[in-house]
Amino acid sequence: MRSLFLVAVLSLILAACSSQPAAPEQPGAGVTEGAKIKVETPQVAPVTAGNQDLTGLAALRDPKSILSKRSIFFDFDQYVIKDEFRPLVEAHARFLVANAKMKMLIQGNADERGSREYNLALGQKRADAVKKSLMLLGAKEAQLESVSLGEEKPRNPGHDEAAWAENRRGDMLYSGEY
Amino acid sequence: MLLAVASPANAQLAMEITGAGANRLPIAIAEFGGERIISHALVSVLRADLEHCGLFRLIDSGEAPLGEGSIAYADWKNRGADALVAGNVATTAEGRYETRFRLFDVQKQSLLGGQPYLAGSAQLRGTAHRIADFIYEKLLGEPGIFSTRIAYVVKSTGRYELQIADADGGNAQTALASREPIISPTWSPDGTRLAYVSFEAKKPIVYVHSLASGSRHVAANFKGSNSAPAWSPDGKRLAVVLSKEGGSQLFLVNADGSGITRLASSSAIDTEPRFSPDGSSIYFTSDRGGSPQIYRIAVSGGEVSRVTFEGSYNVSPRLSPDGRSMAFVTGNSRGFQLALMDLASKQTQILTDSVKDESPSFSPNGRMIIYATEVGGRGVLAAVSSDGRVKQKLSVQAADVREPAWGPFAK
Repeated sequence: MRSLFLVAVLSLILAACSSQPAAPEQPGAGVTEGAKIKVETPQVAPVTAGNQDLTGLAALRDPKSILSKRSIFFDFDQYVIKDEFRPLVEAHARFLVANAKMKMLIQGNADERGSREYNLALGQKRADAVKKSLMLLGAKEAQLESVSLGEEKPRNPGHDEAAWAENRRGDMLYSGEY
Repeated sequence: MLLAVASPANAQLAMEITGAGANRLPIAIAEFGGERIISHALVSVLRADLEHCGLFRLIDSGEAPLGEGSIAYADWKNRGADALVAGNVATTAEGRYETRFRLFDVQKQSLLGGQPYLAGSAQLRGTAHRIADFIYEKLLGEPGIFSTRIAYVVKSTGRYELQIADADGGNAQTALASREPIISPTWSPDGTRLAYVSFEAKKPIVYVHSLASGSRHVAANFKGSNSAPAWSPDGKRLAVVLSKEGGSQLFLVNADGSGITRLASSSAIDTEPRFSPDGSSIYFTSDRGGSPQIYRIAVSGGEVSRVTFEGSYNVSPRLSPDGRSMAFVTGNSRGFQLALMDLASKQTQILTDSVKDESPSFSPNGRMIIYATEVGGRGVLAAVSSDGRVKQKLSVQAADVREPAWGPFAK
């Protein structure tokens, strides 16, 4: 479903792009002393990226259920799942085993310090750690996709250790929630 | 006064110079003749270009344009000018502008050259940049970068814009607007396309975007994360980082998204690939040794060699256009700072006083490095010369600017 939706979104974007008028040509070649040079600034056509709508999944949103909890927090520069999050990972693994058609997107996150791309890779390590644990507990690989948002989507926009700790995180999202 | 060359964009980058070269060449740029509001706008951009590059000192040249007659060299010498620029902007019958200028050597009392340009009103800034490039190259013996463009990302509340501007921050245009993050823009070697990572589909996907048409295609969208695109010098391939086979690993892919091959294999993080200018090797960041460091591998694969050894955080390698040095970000007790390594001697110099430096990018003549940093809690772009002397800042009001990428020489 989700990939079909992605294809639909992408083709909409592409359709929007292809309907834009062609822009002028790039300026001509090198400067020759004495000859008149046409100065033209290359054009940049604006594109607006699409957004996906969210649809609800009430069963997973009951605040009394552990399944409503979706976040696993990590220590600085670490991607090991701490013991306190084992019960949460186990509950979601059981849910995935019992609901073989459900799919999950695991989004890894990092704090803001250092390189964006390296932080993207750190977030991927965290998401991969969650994915591995879920698979060890019986979830199927086809149900799971682990991706990283790096430091780009901080839950806490602050710039201190408390904020950073909140942002070193893996989030588990089910089909329709992302 | 700058109305005639104002940019249509609302968030305009403003440049200020915060450090200059040791020996600045004194140059007088006289007002150009012609329609005053037009010629003064052009001369203002030209003067700002030469002043901001940190290698020239502007000599006061008064309010009056110089005529076509002989140059009073002794007078300009007395004012302290080594070089003099005079010119004229004429309006053609079709409403275009014909700009002519002459560059004089005041010491030798000789004409160094000149050039006519024909441009529409929207290209007056471009004309000024072309003239600045001409002067720079004649007087300093290396190509100027005033006609080049930069790409960067502006983040305001709930909105990300990938923008393209002249190297001085003027004439900003939005190439892509999104509610989700955009990172890692990089220019194709011919300057017509950008590769970047967009999160618009709630995960990182690598796109290639043709600037003139706005058309774009997915270059890498595999299961997991797709990021860190880097162009091969021939513009045919991209090095990318994919997690499709687990971890963040280096792959090569054709720019159209076909022909994916794995470049290297490790159980660690491998990311931030960059081609050497000769296309033979790829520099990248890896934590395979326990901390993030910079490594090098041949494009054909094989042995990996470590490049950085000092400190426990060295990331974001960028090779200079001549391939002799490498800019990178080093983490130390002060924070994250832009550093430059001479690859032959391995000597490293910290180039900045700031502590949140990210994402360096060389100008195509290798003289300047633009990077993202923070001033007063706000993301700004800064540029520093590779000798550390000239320093510039580019900022936007009420928004964060980040992820700069310096484009190639203008065609």
